[in-house]
Amino acid sequence: MTAVPSGDTPYATPITLTALASLLESRTGQRIAPNRAWRIDTALKPLAAENGLGSIDELVGHVRGGSNPALADRIVDALLNQETSFFRDAGAIEAAAEAIASIAPGTPRIWCAGCATGQEPLSLAIAFAERGGALADLIATDVSAAAIARARAGRFTQFEIQRGLPIRRMLRWFEQDGDDWVAQAELVRRIVWRRSNLVVDAAPGGRFDAVFCRNVLFYLAPEMRTRVLDLIAGSLRPGGLLMLGAGETVIGQSGRFVPSKRFRGLYELLPAR
Amino acid sequence: MKSCLVVDDSKVIRKVARHILEGLDFTVSEAADGREALDACLASTPDVILLDWNMPVMSGMDFLRALRETPLGARPKVVFCTTENGVAHIRAAIEAGADEYVMKPFDRETLQSKLQIVGAA
Repeated sequence: MTAVPSGDTPYATPITLTALASLLESRTGQRIAPNRAWRIDTALKPLAAENGLGSIDELVGHVRGGSNPALADRIVDALLNQETSFFRDAGAIEAAAEAIASIAPGTPRIWCAGCATGQEPLSLAIAFAERGGALADLIATDVSAAAIARARAGRFTQFEIQRGLPIRRMLRWFEQDGDDWVAQAELVRRIVWRRSNLVVDAAPGGRFDAVFCRNVLFYLAPEMRTRVLDLIAGSLRPGGLLMLGAGETVIGQSGRFVPSKRFRGLYELLPAR
Repeated sequence: MKSCLVVDDSKVIRKVARHILEGLDFTVSEAADGREALDACLASTPDVILLDWNMPVMSGMDFLRALRETPLGARPKVVFCTTENGVAHIRAAIEAGADEYVMKPFDRETLQSKLQIVGAA
C-alpha cells in the first residue's frame, strides 16, 4: 500500500522535481523556475490520484525510460501553464486587429503560436468579424494536444467565458449549454487548429501578415527564445507584425525585429540583410 | 481613486467584494438593498455599482430602472453580479441599462476584467 504524504510533507522529492523539469524542458523548451516548483504539486496531484498512485514520485516512476509515453504526454500537458483569457490586456487585440487590417487589407493571414485553450484566436476572430471588413485567415497552434482539443470544441466554463469577454460579445458569439458556453460554429470553423511544438516543429506553411506569440517566450530558456523568434521571423512576410505578451520583448533575444513606430505594442520584421 | 458601491443583501458577498475591490484600489461603500443603494447614489454618485439581482425592499432590476431615470442617468457604470445566469436574465439586464454582467461565483480576475471593460479599472 502506498503512503500518501500529509499536508506538511513535500509531495515529491527534489530528484523527482528535477526529473519533471527535465521532461518538460526536453519536450517543450519550457522551464520551471525553482520558485514555481510548487506548481508541480498542484498540477500533478490529480493525475497521480487518477492513476491510483500515492505520490508524484510514483507517477514519475511510471514514465521513466519511456515506459508509458501516453502518461508522459499527460504529465507534460498538466505542467504547461495554460493561463489565458479572452481579449487579454484590454484593448490590445482590437488595436492589433486594426494594425493588421491596415497592412493587409485583403484577408490577413495570422498565426497564433501557443494559443492554449483558444481564447486568443477566438478573440481575434471576433474582432475581425465585428470590423465588418475581410475576415482573417487564422491558424492556431499549441504544444498541448489536450489544449488544442479543448480549443477546437470551443467550450468554456463560466469562469473562463467571463474572463475578459464583454457580456454583449458573449451573447453574440456564444451559446449557453448547461453550465458551459459554446462558441458559435461559424467562429470556430474560421480557425485552423493544430498541435505543434514551437521548439522542434516547422512553422505552418506560407507567409503570415502577423504572428501572436504571447506569454510563451517567458517560460523558455534564452537560447530557445532566440530559436522561436527566428522561426517566427521566417514565417512572416516582409513588414509583418509580431505581438508578444505584455512582459515580453525581442530586445536582447533577436535582431530580426524592431518595436513598431506605427503600431504601439507591436514589433515589425526587419528586411532580410 | 475610483469609487464602487456594492449592493447585495448578503453580508458575506459584500465583504468578499469589498476585499477584492480594495485590492484594486477602489473606495468601497455598501448597500443591502435597492432602496438603500438609490439613496446612497443620490447622496454621492459612485463611479461603478456592483449590483445583485434578488434583494428585499427593492430588487436590482427595480433599482437599475429607477437609477437610469434619475438625473444621474447612465453616469454610474452598473455591473450586475448575480446567480441569475440564464441568457434571458442577462438580456433583460442589458435592456434595463446594465453595462456589464458577472455570473456568480466569480473570482478576482473576472471582476477586474469586467471593471476594465466598463472603464472603471
